[in-house]
Amino acid sequence: MEELALHILDLAQNCIAAGASEIAITIIEDRAANRLTITVADDGRGMEPEMLQSVTDPFFTTRTTRRVGLGLPLLQAAAELCAGGLTIVSTVGRGTTVRVEFAHDHIDRAPLGSMADTLAAILAVNFEVEVVYRHEVDDRAFVFDSRELREICEGTMQHPKIILWLKEYIALQERLLGGEQ
Amino acid sequence: MKTVEDLRKLREEVRQMTKLREGEAEVRVVVGMGTCGIAAGARETLGALVQEIAEQGLLSVVVTQTGCLGLCEREPIVEVNAPDGRTLYARVTPERARRILRQHVQGGVAIEDWVIRN
Ligand SMILES: Nc1ncnc2c1ncn2[C@@H]1O[C@H](COP(=O)(O)OP(=O)(O)O)[C@@H](O)[C@H]1O
Ligand SMILES: [Mg+2]
Repeated sequence: MEELALHILDLAQNCIAAGASEIAITIIEDRAANRLTITVADDGRGMEPEMLQSVTDPFFTTRTTRRVGLGLPLLQAAAELCAGGLTIVSTVGRGTTVRVEFAHDHIDRAPLGSMADTLAAILAVNFEVEVVYRHEVDDRAFVFDSRELREICEGTMQHPKIILWLKEYIALQERLLGGEQ
Repeated sequence: MKTVEDLRKLREEVRQMTKLREGEAEVRVVVGMGTCGIAAGARETLGALVQEIAEQGLLSVVVTQTGCLGLCEREPIVEVNAPDGRTLYARVTPERARRILRQHVQGGVAIEDWVIRN
């Protein structure tokens, strides 16, 4: 993927497929420590330990005996290439948290890309999912909680005009934050 | 420019518009948002659809998403689900998405060159 924001969109799709009603997306850029950490946490159905094992198995992608996912191995490989890694914590019936880390300045790391486009894409087509987004850059942060906006929108949040407004709002806040884009 | 007050104003505008258009036939436009779709540009395709619908005021068009369709090499894939049937489109770039909205969804004429046949 050309942007980490696209991987985040792909992770959010997993959450939605798992029946999540809330997705918490957190990006932490700690430039002093040279770390970029992304966590995507949901309250969906979770995974059985055996499933969890297989999706993070290093030889997972070479298996051909059954239909396997592509998204998690792809992201894991991207992180491992950048002095980082991917870990998943999951509890059946409670939810799943995927955490992925990169060396911030690694030459092979894809740029973060447009979180405004990613969040707008999630909100435009998922009527029942709430998104809590937090992007930290050193000691500053931008926080976006779809519940607060849904309240203001009073039932119009799904409308394309509102989605466009939200996208521009997030893009502006991201620019003001001054982190990766 | 981007205050809560602006959003409230836009909300009222949207309410007025939707009131006027109530009852129009609904067309669903479905974007494949599996991993292959996203890697091939489905986010941009979806964004173009949302933007075009907002700008043209196409209030009877609803955009939704679906997962992997098993046609990875032809992503991004978009399905137009109109009252007169379903049409599956391959390699839908943002530009193609806008054309599909104008020519097929609004004009009622499918763009045969881009249609997936099985
Ligand atoms: N957030 C999640 N909650 C529950 N199950 C998940 C989650 N993320 C991934 N999984 C499980 O791991 C599998 C592999 O995920 P992934 O690599 O993204 O491939 P895909 O989404 O194409 O199946 C999924 O099919 C699903 O069963
Ligand atoms: Mg997936």
